[in-house]
Amino acid sequence: MRDFWKKITDKYGYPKVFMTMFLIILCILAVIQKQNLPGLLKDSLVRVGMNGILVLAMVPSVNSGTGLNFGLSLGILCGMLAGCISIELKLTGITAIFTAILISIPFSAVVGYLYGILLNRVKGDEMTVGTYMGFSIVSLMCIGWLLLPFQSPDMIWAIGGKGLRTTIALAGKFAKVMDNFLSFNILGEPIPTGTLLLFGVACVIMAIFFKTKTGVAMMASGDNPKFAAANGINVNKQRIIGTMLSMILGGIGIIIYAQSFGFFQLYTGPLMMPFMAISAILIGGATAKNANISNVISGTILFFALLAISLPVINKMMPEGNLSEVVRIIITYGVILYALTKVGGDN
Amino acid sequence: MDDKYVLQLKNISKEYFGNKVLKEVNLNVKAGEIHALVGENGAGKSTLMNIIFGMPVIHNTGGYTGDIIFEGQKVDTKSPKDALNLGIGMVHQEFMLLPGFTITENIKLNREITKHNVISRILGYRLKSLNVEAMRRDSQKALQKLGMNVDDWLPIAGLPVGYMQFVEIAREIDKKNIKLLVFDEPTAVLAESEAEKLLDAMKKLASSGIAILFITHRLDEVLAVADNITIMRDGEQVSQMKREDATLAKLAQLMVGRKIERIVHEVRESNKNDEIAMTMKNLTVDMPGEAVKGIDLEIKKGEILGIGGLAGQGKIGIANGIMGLYKAAGEVYLDNNKLELNNPRKAIKSKLAFVSEDRRGVGLLLDTSIEMNIVITSMQIQNRFLKGLLGIKSFNLKDDKAIRNWSLKMIKDLDIRCTGPTQITRRLSGGNQQKVCIARALTLEPEVLFVSEPTRGIDIGAKKLVLDLLVKLNRELGMTIIMTSSELGELRSICDRIAIIYNGKLEGILEPTDSDVDFGLAMAGKYSSKEVV
Repeated sequence: MRDFWKKITDKYGYPKVFMTMFLIILCILAVIQKQNLPGLLKDSLVRVGMNGILVLAMVPSVNSGTGLNFGLSLGILCGMLAGCISIELKLTGITAIFTAILISIPFSAVVGYLYGILLNRVKGDEMTVGTYMGFSIVSLMCIGWLLLPFQSPDMIWAIGGKGLRTTIALAGKFAKVMDNFLSFNILGEPIPTGTLLLFGVACVIMAIFFKTKTGVAMMASGDNPKFAAANGINVNKQRIIGTMLSMILGGIGIIIYAQSFGFFQLYTGPLMMPFMAISAILIGGATAKNANISNVISGTILFFALLAISLPVINKMMPEGNLSEVVRIIITYGVILYALTKVGGDN
Repeated sequence: MDDKYVLQLKNISKEYFGNKVLKEVNLNVKAGEIHALVGENGAGKSTLMNIIFGMPVIHNTGGYTGDIIFEGQKVDTKSPKDALNLGIGMVHQEFMLLPGFTITENIKLNREITKHNVISRILGYRLKSLNVEAMRRDSQKALQKLGMNVDDWLPIAGLPVGYMQFVEIAREIDKKNIKLLVFDEPTAVLAESEAEKLLDAMKKLASSGIAILFITHRLDEVLAVADNITIMRDGEQVSQMKREDATLAKLAQLMVGRKIERIVHEVRESNKNDEIAMTMKNLTVDMPGEAVKGIDLEIKKGEILGIGGLAGQGKIGIANGIMGLYKAAGEVYLDNNKLELNNPRKAIKSKLAFVSEDRRGVGLLLDTSIEMNIVITSMQIQNRFLKGLLGIKSFNLKDDKAIRNWSLKMIKDLDIRCTGPTQITRRLSGGNQQKVCIARALTLEPEVLFVSEPTRGIDIGAKKLVLDLLVKLNRELGMTIIMTSSELGELRSICDRIAIIYNGKLEGILEPTDSDVDFGLAMAGKYSSKEVV
């Protein structure tokens, strides 16, 4: 038994093993409490699709050597801005989503480029600088959302007529467009086929990217910058490319998230979003120096299924207060803390 | 008779993992004597000092055999603190000083003179305040003993390097019971005039009755101050003599001399070929600890050129500078084409390849497969091992099949012992890691191959394999090889010519068959002056 335990933890790492066990316990509790388990599983699937691309955004940043992208909120802001523009253009349905994505890409690319230059100047402290960079830009954009000259009555404050609302409803715009695409029912629950497909396609593209010449160079720069430089690879350039890719995925990710969620949450909404994505990929077994697609997929499924299932189960156990929210926070930050203590630890 | 000696070492032996680094060393140091300990890098000098000081590294690796006798008593120093209590002091090569503290504070660090105050009388001695006057008085005394006039309340930061060395010494002699002082290459970082002052100070200290153990490889300094000289080579004590019996040439020969096992016996016909592959003109490289300060060198096509010299003299800097890893200036020509410096990409494109001395730091992606380690440079610089995606040429996807075939061929040709091409390189032994590095360099099909310290940290059997491999590449593919190594024997066994670097400059170019004396003099920086005389 002890050997088995050691083998498992060595292979998958403690976070993954503990989270899996916790998840299984929650599922059993859910059945005991006579909760609607298929419904909970569907919720989990929805959340996986919603957040998948945001989690995937961590891969290029980790592999290019800039660590976990705590500044992902920058890309998220770009995606939100693009989403608002597509609403302003009175677009709806699939067109609206893909227009928003197309608009977000140049924004995120420029932001990623500039942010990449900044990260190249603070080598070794990327994650700390990123965290505060994210916080400050989100706060700065709080002013931005008030001042941007959007006109659409669906988005601006009803009273006063200036500035964007804190929550923009996407119903009638592009809410659930991808979720409903090719959707079918299993056990009476609709599957968010389109969103999951999109997540899958993004993963495949990312996997192919790391097989290209640039992808290989990026992995080398992240793995051993000295080696890369000695072999004629421009490490700083690779780090910038990695940061740009991460930001672009962040922008796309929030648009997909919003269509499934049904709302854009502006202002302080994006403040903590990078932490969820980081937690997810860490649970998947990634480290601050190494991440791959399977970390993304397993981490996203574990982390978001856990959130989706723990909420009703724990609420039923302890109806008073919002303990489920507390559990979410403990898991999110606990996992990040665990992973960061592992950075450069035993060698 | 015995009690006249301050320190006696008897039959000291030490092995690291079955590798004997010290073999039955005996050493006697009298009070008031300056005893010089000379030897190449790796001769075992540092290990011997570590034993005397009871450094943890010795005990962690199984301890030593033999006796240390200090003032007639057999002692066993378990930690540096024991050594200090006995009265053994050490002046370090790199300065162990706190730059923001004053000279006095540094001298008295952790041995501060304290006096009671109101609070400490109540709460205990840890809160006693400093007696600054007494501390400054002591420091001045120590500094004056060394013939140094300087305000003892100046901060260390900003002092000339020579002064820092003196502060280190002052700290040691300020310890009341000091009986033996070890100077570990104290003049390495000093200018000539400062070094002279230091030597004077050493003599002064010796005359006051302190025994001095002086480790160095500057032979003229040895002749200037030492009373007795012990020469070590490969962990053995090869000779011990009085200064009166010693000459520069004799010391040089003893330091270097060894049986040279030359792998290559034939006299090279191609050696007469005078075609030049590479020319360096006034090459300078800003590599910390291995600075190159202006080298002119011509490398002939198809030769194996050795670059030798002691550690820190700049031999390592040459290859690193030309390959663009450290900032370089000057001119380098390849077949009359000027090479753009400080650009690794251009260097590799110009058909140069480099096997780094820092195998694990620079030479390998430790957590990546053997096959990727072999092909990555070629893929990035020469666009080989790539294929298009679904026939689209501009999509450069790595060609797994080509990579596998090539790496299997390399693994077979170089006899890399591994479980397969996908094994990560961290798990390989040193020799096999080195072969992976060489395989990567070969994949580039270079015309000139730089190899730095090819046998460092690998076992003896693998050493010979690597050297044989280099000779084979040279003979069969006509590759010009520039091999940098700290091991003279190794250079002399396969090189056609050997350039010795001293103090960042070319000291001389020797034939591998030249005498030990010449090599010894060149390594000590005395070869060019000998020719003038």
